Amino acid sequence: MMLIPCPWCGPRDESEFHYGGQAGVAYPADPAALSDAAWARYLFFRDNPKGPFDERWCHSAGCRRWFTMVRDTVTNEIRSVHRPVSR
Amino acid sequence: MAAEELSRPAPGGDLPEHPDRLWRNPEPRRHYDVVIVGGGGHGLATAYYLAKNHGITNVAVLERGWLAGGNMARNTTIIRSNYLWDESAGIYEHALKLWEGLEQELDYPILFSQRGVLNLAHSLQDVRDSVRRVHANRLNGVDAEWLEPEQVKEVCPIVNISPDVRYPVLGATYQPRAGIAKHDYVAWGFARAADALGVDLIQHCEVTGLEITGGRVTGVRTTRGTIGAGRVALSAAGHTSVVAGLAGIDLPLQSHPLQALVSELLEPVHPTVVMSNAVHVYVSQAHKGELVMGAGIDSYNGYGQRGAFHIIERQMSAALELFPVFARAHILRTWAGIVDVTPDASPIVGLSPVDGLFLNCGWGTGGFKATPGVGWCYAHTVAHGEPHPLNAPFSLDRFVTGALVDEHGAAAVAH
Repeated sequence: MMLIPCPWCGPRDESEFHYGGQAGVAYPADPAALSDAAWARYLFFRDNPKGPFDERWCHSAGCRRWFTMVRDTVTNEIRSVHRPVSR
Repeated sequence: MAAEELSRPAPGGDLPEHPDRLWRNPEPRRHYDVVIVGGGGHGLATAYYLAKNHGITNVAVLERGWLAGGNMARNTTIIRSNYLWDESAGIYEHALKLWEGLEQELDYPILFSQRGVLNLAHSLQDVRDSVRRVHANRLNGVDAEWLEPEQVKEVCPIVNISPDVRYPVLGATYQPRAGIAKHDYVAWGFARAADALGVDLIQHCEVTGLEITGGRVTGVRTTRGTIGAGRVALSAAGHTSVVAGLAGIDLPLQSHPLQALVSELLEPVHPTVVMSNAVHVYVSQAHKGELVMGAGIDSYNGYGQRGAFHIIERQMSAALELFPVFARAHILRTWAGIVDVTPDASPIVGLSPVDGLFLNCGWGTGGFKATPGVGWCYAHTVAHGEPHPLNAPFSLDRFVTGALVDEHGAAAVAH
């Protein structure tokens, strides 16, 4: 069980969180304009690195807010955690 | 020293000779017609069928660690073919038919035991989906029955069918021809047979690069030097994204830890295989007597071959409700493998964007049962440069065309 430092609530057990996969995948600005290949890329393809990974987590049994965490997928070492940047 | 002491044999000297090695351990040659990346069950089976069915024997299987030490050593050995869609029934049923003759084919014991599999239904929607799957199986020539709770109890007397539990058993699909096999023996049988046909099995040889010239693969760089190759067939399971990345190929795969565990050795109590999609339990009793159980995947991406213990706790609480008799069993050990999961819970087997480079990946939580079937079809794909009809639906481009083969319902482990 990982101890995940929620940027609002502090360190909490992994079982309080939900995983959200790769961070920073933006919804296409004009989806209808995409080719089938580009749409498939947006829909189905995500990075799958062996090593540091920027990923989204939600503190679903706590503050219920989303944040981004950089975690090493081999060692589970948590490199950094940050709140979403407001746009 | 007394004479009688001198005449005594050295300690262990009266033991039999070491048994014959099952395969050579050759130095890699400079060039092969086909290089297979990954010495697990799929890689070894592919090598065997390349040699046996297609006469291609100038083949090397490159393995980063030792043969069959990855997911082949970590799975729960369940074999079945009761998937929903025609495409899946085609390849998994082909595999099951090969399993049924595999001991003779390989001339090697694999402890294949067709003890049947029960896939439990715990809700009305489960029941509807399960009955639908039974009908679909029958239309595809796959043996399948729907069992009411009392019939489930007849097949597996230790299942708790009381309605007074959180997830009551409302029935189950039953595939009598399903079963288990001894995973190590399967790998060794394929390895021995492939070796005898001339295939080089090269262990402790990690692929660190792919040589590509003019859009065509020409070899692999490894920790034991560069090896030329006419064709390269990837079969690296959870590490496929890493290896394919060496050729600049992105794949719709996410690698997750998948955990399993065994109990200590027990008297025979569990005559079949029981799987429950809803509560993430799948359990059988190995020949030796240990209960073998699998859990759901850990939610996050991971390559660490370990998972979190709360996943095991959740799995055990569900297992105990289904099998109260397990309450006094002890866990002997737990472990995890790295499974490569696709968006539709079906594999990717076929061509890649690079000429001469082939893909076999995305088997997720269910690759073991397919071992002989995928070896057969992938060998055909590599030999002919085009997909075997049974793996043609599992091409990479289905994610662009939209022709997905959605097997989340039959894949048994929630992704």
